[in-house]
Amino acid sequence: MAAVIAAEERLAVRSIARERLGSMWRHPILRAALKAILTVLVATAITFALIRLLPGNPIDLRIDELTRDGSMTYEQARDQVSTIYPIDLNDPVPVQFVTYLWNVVRGDLGSSYLSTTASVTSIIFAVLPWTLFAVGTGLLLSFVVGIGLGLLAAYYRGSRFDQAVSTIGSIVSSVPNYLIAILIVLIFGVQLELIPITQMRGALSPGVHPGFTLEFIGDVFFHASLPIVVYFLTNIGHWILSMRNATLAALEEDYVVAARARGLSESRITTAYVGRNAALPLVTQLAIATGFIVGGAVLIEQVFLYQGVGLRLLRAVAQRDYPVMQGILLLVTVSVVVANLAADLLYSKLDPRIGRAS
Amino acid sequence: MSLIRVIARKPAGLLGLIGVGGFLLLAYVVPFFVPLHNTVDIASVYVQPSFDHPLGTDFQGRDVLNQIVYGGRDILTIGFLAALFSTAIAITFGSLGATLGGKIDTIILGVADIVLTVPHLIVLIVVAAIFRPTGFLVIAIVLASLQWAGLLRQVRAQVLSLKEREYVEAARSLDLGLPHLIFREMLPNMASYIAIHFIFAMTGAVYAQVGLIVLGLIPQTGANWGVMLQLALQQGAIYFSDSVLYVLSPILAIALFQLSLVALASGLEDVFNPRLRAT
Repeated sequence: MAAVIAAEERLAVRSIARERLGSMWRHPILRAALKAILTVLVATAITFALIRLLPGNPIDLRIDELTRDGSMTYEQARDQVSTIYPIDLNDPVPVQFVTYLWNVVRGDLGSSYLSTTASVTSIIFAVLPWTLFAVGTGLLLSFVVGIGLGLLAAYYRGSRFDQAVSTIGSIVSSVPNYLIAILIVLIFGVQLELIPITQMRGALSPGVHPGFTLEFIGDVFFHASLPIVVYFLTNIGHWILSMRNATLAALEEDYVVAARARGLSESRITTAYVGRNAALPLVTQLAIATGFIVGGAVLIEQVFLYQGVGLRLLRAVAQRDYPVMQGILLLVTVSVVVANLAADLLYSKLDPRIGRAS
Repeated sequence: MSLIRVIARKPAGLLGLIGVGGFLLLAYVVPFFVPLHNTVDIASVYVQPSFDHPLGTDFQGRDVLNQIVYGGRDILTIGFLAALFSTAIAITFGSLGATLGGKIDTIILGVADIVLTVPHLIVLIVVAAIFRPTGFLVIAIVLASLQWAGLLRQVRAQVLSLKEREYVEAARSLDLGLPHLIFREMLPNMASYIAIHFIFAMTGAVYAQVGLIVLGLIPQTGANWGVMLQLALQQGAIYFSDSVLYVLSPILAIALFQLSLVALASGLEDVFNPRLRAT
């Protein structure tokens, strides 16, 4: 009898434990974190498979190349290729993947094909700040200006201003960003000669050294200005239209009517009641968009020859430098995943209903 | 016909309708009536606009207008195929996940989440760099493989809610079979999402496709607007004042086509949103 009771108790304890675990899985933030880790894992597996497993993969091709003229035996070639990624090609493939994954976790992405002394991490960190600066500034500007214009457009719904802002917003956001970039070079740079297009190439002028000087900061803005303008133009439409719709929805909420009835000033209603609630979902969208900063401007950087992550990726593509390509792909994916996770956290902080609902 | 009338009621919808119709004519019908001129003529490089060459000539003396006429078909076809494939994937797996539920649903949703997360252009660049895809179908499939996830989630959510409705229950109790349930009872209710997704999938496919061509990652076969732009950039044509029309023509063709699609989509939104239609 006692044994039966004990067994039942044990069962009960176990089911409580399972329930706790289950409710932990159901917790939105933990689930989001789990999903983030899973996404990074899958992305790593796919890039590994692309480079290592598929027929005609770069590692086999490289070994082929090195052994073709007979100067190297297969084993020598394999050992040399092994040093590029620090993985042992003699191991079974799953072990190779685990080694690769461990290297990635430690921040070791291997070295460039072109020079074994140049680590992929150092190559990426050399170009990353420029992209973060240019695209980040463009994104922030488009967000701030777009939110403002969208709010005004919603307030003066149906006016000339509203029509102009909405139309221009949807036009600039539906034309591909690289076409706008080429048009700027073509019209303002070459035909009207208003912009010194060739001097603005690169990320810094020759002879300018990084430092906290006016010359350096001015030069950074000078070179980044065109990518910033294009990124601004192609993104502002989205923020204008989203903010306009969110504001129109917020204006019809009961609490706005109640605030009006209480005789609050129009400016207080706009900022504290309408604007804040309308901007709430947009702030999370902004958080998600920050994840796309790293990889967001490949074609823009290409047109202006701005030396950021995108241009570096294209150089790696042209040189068939697979470790660098793989590293940039991973970096971009990880930053998007991290930004998504941050957006989830931010949203549950900003909107207390989310955390409690589950 | 009444559908077209409703789309055309709003200026944006009307413009979109005219634009998309015009581009379809230009790409698929006009080439039958205009002979192809693609012979290289060194004597007439970058000729200014004239009666013979309304948009001038390119760096090899070929007529620009003729290239614009012949250059739309490939771009439009690949865009259309990519949109078709991504829509088909989304509908099939979205309704499958929602009706079957369980582990299959979780897996489908998980894959969709991952596809939504990865940055598409970067993945396309890396995939194109490794595999160098050739052929319409392969390029369209590669483009479509990254585009289906958003629509899939909408279809799945819709099916989940629709399958509890009474008329669907009624059809199920009559034992009309899963294909009938999905295609006859549920899909007509999602026509709006699907049509609008289809159009935006086309704009996305055109964007990515031309981008990859400009980067030289898709083989440049024949004359299309993307190849024109890529050659123009390669030749440095944007830096000469003689060649403005040559660079501008493909840019305007692509941009206007994209704008027409977006305008058409905004016209369609009104058709499917009766609340907006009433006003």
